[in-house]
Amino acid sequence: MKHKITECTDWFLDRFPLTKLWNDHMAHYYAPKNFNIWYFFGSLALFVLVMQLVTGILLTMNYKPDADLAFDSVEYIMRDVNWGWLVRYMHSTGASAFFIIVYLHMFRGIVYGSFKQPRELIWIFGMLIFVALMAEAFMGYLLPWGQMSYWGAQVIISLFSAIPVIGDDLSLWVRGDYVVSDATLNRFFAFHVIAVPLVLIILVFLHIVALHEVGSNNPDGIDIKASKDPYGVPVDGIPFHPYYTVKDIVGIGVFMFFFAVVVFYMPELGGYFLEDANFIPADPLKTPEHIAPVWYFTPFYAILRAVPDKFAGVIAMGGAIVVLFLLPWLDRSPVKSIRYRGGIYKKAVLLFVISFIGLGYLGTQPATPTATMFARVLTAVYFGFFLLMPLYTRWEKFKEIPNRLTEQPSLEDRLPGWIAAADEMVPKTPVTDEQGQTVEKRRPNTAAIGKVLVRNAKKLKESLD
Amino acid sequence: MKKFIYILLLILPVSVFASSGGMDLDDADVDMSDYSSIERGAKYYVTYCLGCHSTKHMRYKRIALDLELDEAKVLEAIAPYGANIYDPMLTAMNKHDSTKWFGTNPPDLSLIARSRGADWLYSYLKGFYKDSDSPLGANNAIFKDVGMPNVLWQLQGEQSPVIKNENGQEVITKLISTKPGTMSAKEFDKLVNDLVNFLVYVGEPVQLERQKMGKYVLLFIFLFTAIAYLLKREYWRDIH
Repeated sequence: MKHKITECTDWFLDRFPLTKLWNDHMAHYYAPKNFNIWYFFGSLALFVLVMQLVTGILLTMNYKPDADLAFDSVEYIMRDVNWGWLVRYMHSTGASAFFIIVYLHMFRGIVYGSFKQPRELIWIFGMLIFVALMAEAFMGYLLPWGQMSYWGAQVIISLFSAIPVIGDDLSLWVRGDYVVSDATLNRFFAFHVIAVPLVLIILVFLHIVALHEVGSNNPDGIDIKASKDPYGVPVDGIPFHPYYTVKDIVGIGVFMFFFAVVVFYMPELGGYFLEDANFIPADPLKTPEHIAPVWYFTPFYAILRAVPDKFAGVIAMGGAIVVLFLLPWLDRSPVKSIRYRGGIYKKAVLLFVISFIGLGYLGTQPATPTATMFARVLTAVYFGFFLLMPLYTRWEKFKEIPNRLTEQPSLEDRLPGWIAAADEMVPKTPVTDEQGQTVEKRRPNTAAIGKVLVRNAKKLKESLD
Repeated sequence: MKKFIYILLLILPVSVFASSGGMDLDDADVDMSDYSSIERGAKYYVTYCLGCHSTKHMRYKRIALDLELDEAKVLEAIAPYGANIYDPMLTAMNKHDSTKWFGTNPPDLSLIARSRGADWLYSYLKGFYKDSDSPLGANNAIFKDVGMPNVLWQLQGEQSPVIKNENGQEVITKLISTKPGTMSAKEFDKLVNDLVNFLVYVGEPVQLERQKMGKYVLLFIFLFTAIAYLLKREYWRDIH
């Protein structure tokens, strides 16, 4: 029997390079050994992609892409289909989780210079994934056929009509009707369920192939292939499997915990993951009071609204994504990781993060004159970060880069420090209880809290130099 | 914990609407663990609301299952006469008539608690006042010129508004009772609260089950992560 099995596997392996693939991409793919918490988001993104595909397939089994039936079919899934509510909440929460993960994954690339030579193509593929993901999310959001689905799609598709000459015809072509209608719903369903997921999977494949060709970057931004042992194995590299497979499983566990908290206890997340106006069926005759896209589009929506002219606004919104594509050529610094870069870049990244979160918040709010003014300032900061980069990165004074990977304190190592700080802020103080006895109880100490805050602020300031 | 989650779930979406009216919203005491309140709410709903409003996504059977009630009892005490246990909660009023009588089609209320929020519903149901200029004899402080009559007037009695002039606009600051109804103010508040409780439940019947299940799921994920972490530490022991 054993002999027969070996024969079968040999037959298979003679015809398919499974061992080679496994070794090239898992068992003999050497990754730097110093990946920190930021490096979980790549495998998490893959995990969420698979989860969205599986829950999506299950949803299509009961969903009806028809303007008359769509809204009710979603409620049917939520109430009458066994476990339908769980599948639907996993899919809706998964969409938001996907964007949280992808934004953090991109931020990791920005701070550790993962987009820089020789990884420009990985960044380009990644950006294409981001664009495909936005298309996927936008078209998926129309499918529940609620008020916000309908009017959100109406607003975004009408942006095409801002393009001179061909605009009106183009938006008509996209919609397939003069307003968002059954024709729009059907084509969005086709794109959401087949076309864009296929593109996404192909792009993810290309993203990983390109990554494995040049190897992973790391928090030190040093090329681990520069120092190899006699066998040609990077001394600071460890095989992806089993080391990073077991590590990523822990990441998935932690992610699933937070994910389940949302799915089981707050699936609407205060109207950010599922907007309350979307519980009203789409009504082409009634415009909602305040149309806001889902949170992951709000930074770009805020940029769109910040520009007074509609066409210029569309250009600015598109430009906000195009500049990200150009990042590898905008950054002129020879140093990759933020650990060894000058203070000017660190401050620029901080301003960029503030502008992105600020714009995200403003995009959810009604456009009052004050909000618009803030949005304009933050839009300028956002574009400033990218467009001024060729100048400020050329001047920056960077620190000396080590030859080998450095060892940073891990989460486990840092824990005692945090406990000590908590102990200092909330010390055990003798208190007299109801029985008149003196017991030790934890009471916050204002002076100590101030001291810890000042110490940490100083540390933060130093780390920005 | 349960209450906190509900506050998170319900107050946040409502805050969007709170700014549009003149009167502040009252807080509804939503408690999904109070089955008897939901059951009373279901009964009031069928008595006072179902005449015009469907709840098409809800079946009588589901009420019996979720609230752990006997099916025969649900048919006898909650469902209208002649209803089948598998029937969805549909109104007997047809669209043609309702448009003629009210100028509009009364909306389906299956998801009203999810789009409006519990506090809004609570304040709205308590917010009717006598208005002889209105075609239906009553207006609403939360939803101005609503096309719905005050169906609970016998119980609540009559109210009249206190109007203040704010920046040239007439704003209702509060409602005062001018004629008592068959119920005291406290009894009436409780009835409205039961109704709101029922509507919140109807908005997402699975929430009763979802929250109970959640803690086991979280416990499992926690144990899984702990074991995965130990495994990781074991593998990584030789990496320096």
